[in-house]
Amino acid sequence: MYVATKGGERAIDNAHAWLAEERRGDTDIPELGVAQIREQLALSVNRVMAEGSLYDRDLAALAIKQSRGDLIEAAFLIRAYRTTLPRFGSSLPVDTGTMACDRRISATFKDLPGGQVLGPTFDYTHRLIDFALAAEGGVPDAPVAAPDPAPKPRVADVIGREGMIEDNPRDDTTPPDLTRAPLEFPANRALRLQALTRSDEGFTLGMAYSTQRGYGRTHPFVGELRIGRVAVGMEVPELGFAIEIGEVELTECETVNQFKGSKTEPAQFTRGYGLVFGQSERKAISMSLVDRALRWAELGEDNVGAPAQDTEFVLSHGDNIQATGFLEHIKLPHYVDFQSELELVRKLRREAGVVDTREAAE
Amino acid sequence: MTDYNFAYLDEQTKRMIRRALLKALAIPGYQVPFASREMPMPYGWGTGGVQVTASVLTPEDRLKVIDQGADDTTNAVSIRKFFEKTAQVATTTRTTEATVIQTRHRIPETPLGEDQILVYQVPIPEPLRFLEPRETETRRMHALEEYGLMHVKLYEDIARHGAIATAYAYPVKVAGRYVMDPSPIPKFDNPKLSDCPAIQLFGAGREQRIYALPPYTDVVSLDFEDHPFEASKAPHACALCGSGDSYLDEIVTDDAGGRMFLCSDTDYCESRHERGAA
Repeated sequence: MYVATKGGERAIDNAHAWLAEERRGDTDIPELGVAQIREQLALSVNRVMAEGSLYDRDLAALAIKQSRGDLIEAAFLIRAYRTTLPRFGSSLPVDTGTMACDRRISATFKDLPGGQVLGPTFDYTHRLIDFALAAEGGVPDAPVAAPDPAPKPRVADVIGREGMIEDNPRDDTTPPDLTRAPLEFPANRALRLQALTRSDEGFTLGMAYSTQRGYGRTHPFVGELRIGRVAVGMEVPELGFAIEIGEVELTECETVNQFKGSKTEPAQFTRGYGLVFGQSERKAISMSLVDRALRWAELGEDNVGAPAQDTEFVLSHGDNIQATGFLEHIKLPHYVDFQSELELVRKLRREAGVVDTREAAE
Repeated sequence: MTDYNFAYLDEQTKRMIRRALLKALAIPGYQVPFASREMPMPYGWGTGGVQVTASVLTPEDRLKVIDQGADDTTNAVSIRKFFEKTAQVATTTRTTEATVIQTRHRIPETPLGEDQILVYQVPIPEPLRFLEPRETETRRMHALEEYGLMHVKLYEDIARHGAIATAYAYPVKVAGRYVMDPSPIPKFDNPKLSDCPAIQLFGAGREQRIYALPPYTDVVSLDFEDHPFEASKAPHACALCGSGDSYLDEIVTDDAGGRMFLCSDTDYCESRHERGAA
């Protein structure tokens, strides 16, 4: 008898064909359109854009369709595509202070310039399955008000005027680029934020949650959460001035953390920051908590050994494309390694005087 | 695949990787950080090796890809197809005919020559990782040549088990300086690393590291005078070609304890067959 090691190529082709058929599902059911995914599964699309590090709703929707709804697989498709794209240049920093907000809430002030705008949120819905949705039908139009032209200054800036919160001076140094240079430690805040914004949502949530439960306790309030569109500008060398090249939807969260002061810093509020593509509230809030926890050293706080305080731990394990790849690779053939372990274990057992039952039977 | 550059990666990326390779060759066994790219196969499937291969391939090359010593394991097939598609290079299963060989977990049995490059896929490039999880710490240990921890680990193995309990990815010392992880090859293959006429390149994509052994580098498997390194294999001969000194796979043939042993290097086994060795 000889093992079937031949035929790997045909097996792969057949597996792919079967996969394509499974992806489509029952052909009596109409096929899902990319536009339907983009419009009706928008939060999935947002997550794929954030973790895939590429702002393109149609492409993210297509990736979700191709991956049968596996969002990590979809983000991976986006990353693998993204890496082949030429880099024309860098945009100017976006100004979230001028964001056209769909949603803007603060947990620290009852009212503030620009007001609280609830926006399209699940927050106060009762989580009752809506069986009416099972039947397809129209949705009544939501009431419309005229856009409020009042500026919506960022809450942290409002608190900052009193000197109550740590200063966040403008820094024009070019940040490191995680996608063009290997991740090396120590990582500065700009690099940490880059890694966090594309980290796995579940991982970031778990890390953030752990800080709330006492593993590296920070006491955050959502100073502000805002979601909306901002213009993306770019300086074009041929023109000599900046032009607007488009707009992106972002979720920005700034947490305000109580801080009693340390040897180096006076008592004041400190900040944690989160910024994510699309409407991704859970991710943005999580990110700002983890960002704050990772800042223990620069604020002169104690390292209590909490996982969320450990930059190397958080940054090395938050990327779900890396994590899922390494995790799942253990299903690849390991005959050779297993064989060498088998020989080693047999040898150790022999030396320990254990009689192999099979050899004894022979 | 005309939308992609030769061997998939763009020239800027290849240049970045080639620089890392040159540095790696200049400091044998030292892990050079490089800006690993996302590849169209998952991390853990050989993305480091694929990026290294893509960066050294020329249109005239003849590529061989093996996984577990075999050319026809699914991932070897998949990577070979990738380069057939993106680089249109000639491929072969013959070790002697290949100019570039990408491998996972084995070194071919047939001795390599000066005109060949062997590219290893590496999961965890850091030999000290399971002794010290922090990259910041292990880099410092390498810089100070502080390898006491590794020797203590090997010593503890002997004290506990009577032997060094590492069967694959057995650590080596390169050119008398850096301790290196030879990738998860069985320790049977370790002696082939040393004084090898071919260039040996190691790529770890997820961990963003490249390292190398220039031709004829001295590579020593760590051991103790009274517990010398031993390249072990199953004490059998290949059931197909009769070879008594090649590394063997154990094949379970039934559920009553029946098993047979076959060469893991399929090209080696077939070549011996053709020459009528068996």
